[in-house]
Amino acid sequence: MVSKAGIEVSVAISEAVRLANTDVVAAYPITPQTHIVEHLAELVANGELNAEYIPVESEHSAMSACLGSAAAGARTFTATAGQGLELMHEVLYVASSMRLPIVMAVANRALSAPISIWGDHSDVMAVRDTGWIQIFTENGQEVVDNVLCDFRIAEDRRVLLPVMIHLDGFHLTHMIEPITFPEQGKVDRFIPPNDYPLPLDPNKPVAMGGFGPPSIYSETKWAQEVNLRTAKEVILQAWNEFGDAFGRHYSPVECYRCDNCRVLLLTMGSFSETAMAAIDKMKNEGKDVGLINFRLWRPFPFDEIRQAVKDAEVLIVLDRALSFGGPGGPVCSEIRSALYQQDKKPKVIGFVGGLGGRDISVAGFEEMISRGIEISETGSSREFEIFGVRE
Amino acid sequence: MAEPTVYTPKSITELMTGEENFAPGHRACIGCGEALAVRLVCKALGDSVIIVNATGCMEVVSSQLPYTSWRVPWIHTLFENTAAVASGIEAGLKILTKKGRRLLPDVKVVAMAGDGGTSDIGIQALSGALERGHNFIYICFDNEAYMNTGIQRSSATPYGASTTTSPAGKVSIGQITWKKNMPAIAVAHDIPYVATACPSYPFDLMTKVSKAVATNGPSYLHILSVCPTGWRCPTELTIEIGRLAVQTGIFPLYEVENGKYKLSLDLLKLRPVTDYLKLQGRFRHLSEDVINEIQQRVNEEYIKLKEKVDGKFLA
Repeated sequence: MVSKAGIEVSVAISEAVRLANTDVVAAYPITPQTHIVEHLAELVANGELNAEYIPVESEHSAMSACLGSAAAGARTFTATAGQGLELMHEVLYVASSMRLPIVMAVANRALSAPISIWGDHSDVMAVRDTGWIQIFTENGQEVVDNVLCDFRIAEDRRVLLPVMIHLDGFHLTHMIEPITFPEQGKVDRFIPPNDYPLPLDPNKPVAMGGFGPPSIYSETKWAQEVNLRTAKEVILQAWNEFGDAFGRHYSPVECYRCDNCRVLLLTMGSFSETAMAAIDKMKNEGKDVGLINFRLWRPFPFDEIRQAVKDAEVLIVLDRALSFGGPGGPVCSEIRSALYQQDKKPKVIGFVGGLGGRDISVAGFEEMISRGIEISETGSSREFEIFGVRE
Repeated sequence: MAEPTVYTPKSITELMTGEENFAPGHRACIGCGEALAVRLVCKALGDSVIIVNATGCMEVVSSQLPYTSWRVPWIHTLFENTAAVASGIEAGLKILTKKGRRLLPDVKVVAMAGDGGTSDIGIQALSGALERGHNFIYICFDNEAYMNTGIQRSSATPYGASTTTSPAGKVSIGQITWKKNMPAIAVAHDIPYVATACPSYPFDLMTKVSKAVATNGPSYLHILSVCPTGWRCPTELTIEIGRLAVQTGIFPLYEVENGKYKLSLDLLKLRPVTDYLKLQGRFRHLSEDVINEIQQRVNEEYIKLKEKVDGKFLA
């Protein structure tokens, strides 16, 4: 039976992890991820989730325990945020390089110093190149649906890679939203049992994580790169089949009222919902603007991005992270790079804003779009604009 | 007085086992005490194990792709996280067995690391795993410095030893701190089994490994592994130097079962520390004063250990 409930998004994630019959959860508490791991601990304590819960002593050990659990062939979940993700940093590379299908929810949080428990995307961008599949989510329903998709994608034999699902700290983790939960039987059919090809097993010994001399290291890395790129087909297939089974459809790049628009705004995560309201308002005022919600961060969806913006004249990109001393926000830099060789491409105007939990309102997005249009006409001496900051 | 197992095998099958799960052909240095210890550990562990190896000498000499020296399942990920990876494997096997998806109820997870990976960078993950009570064995192969990276000091390096980052010089005796007592730290976690061992006493070592296998819960083994390369001693003296470490009281052999200390080899008289120190280049520079200081410390520590064994301070 399909159930719909008003539920906090963090709790909803835990329910999705339960629906996926997760075997092992290893986690360390950090705001704003705590409600996710607390609820998972409750589910295990009440016997509603038949899993081992490892209350590790750090995020480094959380991800390390996940390596072990996944290598043993168990379905493995963890969650973290901000500093916790950074403490995991070196372990993240091992998870992807050793082809261990772990699913992790990241309650996106700013990085110290000064210490901030509130949301932005600095933590994500610092782990951009760790070889994980990375998916941004806009609302609670997307999070629940994508947690289910992520287990299926990660454990698919054509993929065998870890997946990060990003949701904005507080702006999404702590919201109460109406969420539809799929029925268990349908979830079971959608996510087949984890059948990791070569788990650690005394009956069939394998050696994992050997030492890579120069004669072999490059080949292992290239194989990993090819693997992550080709994972996109499996991600698209999972989203399509999820849509067929559950009626909600996802794509790497989602266009919102952007057909034939001259000006496009591109956002990621929960801010896209506010941006939609700004687009609606501006459309009603007769302005020629649309929105792109960028969902699949890795592997980068080159074709979809190029297709989505090809007819626009101006593309305004909002980053919620700084690349200190660099060319602008990481997302904007990558989009510029993806478009550079295209014959027909919009002017790309970069904004950085929404740092450390600072909100951007509907009026804020209107202002950003207007300023972006102005810069596209008059130019700017800066590589990017900082938004809503007292200078 | 020695426990019978120190000098004799507990059974003829143990003595005669031809099983080598740590295969020959690895790249360890000549006279490596650690490779010998690993070989003996593997003989005692048997087939029903999963090995989790920290970064360090053993990982480097045994796993260069596309080869492996391991005939049992083996995983290496990073330097400091070995106990955490072992925790995850143990939890994974437990739930998969419970759910009937894989039937591996008797598999022992065995984490292995060097002294740096244990007493320095890996101590947090180790402490966490011991405290949580995972059913696993943690083995520290202690060669008293970061040998793999070129003989840098660790917190397990003994007082007065010259290493590349605690060099003896005009105004320094080398290492100026006393060796961290890692077995005592393990004991402080109230785990069921802690023991020290040395491959110079192979039957004692193997008996202790077997006890650890039979333990339900975490166990910790601390194995002194003579390193001719780092200790600057002749490669043919590995066994002798290991014996001297024990006989001088520098590295006593003992067990702590459910908190109760027991000496495996109760020495009536300690041999002078110079017998041990003089064979090694890393102590060559030490003055008589420093040697006396070391002798004093070894005597005191041995008495402290004896007091723990005798339970003198029990209320």
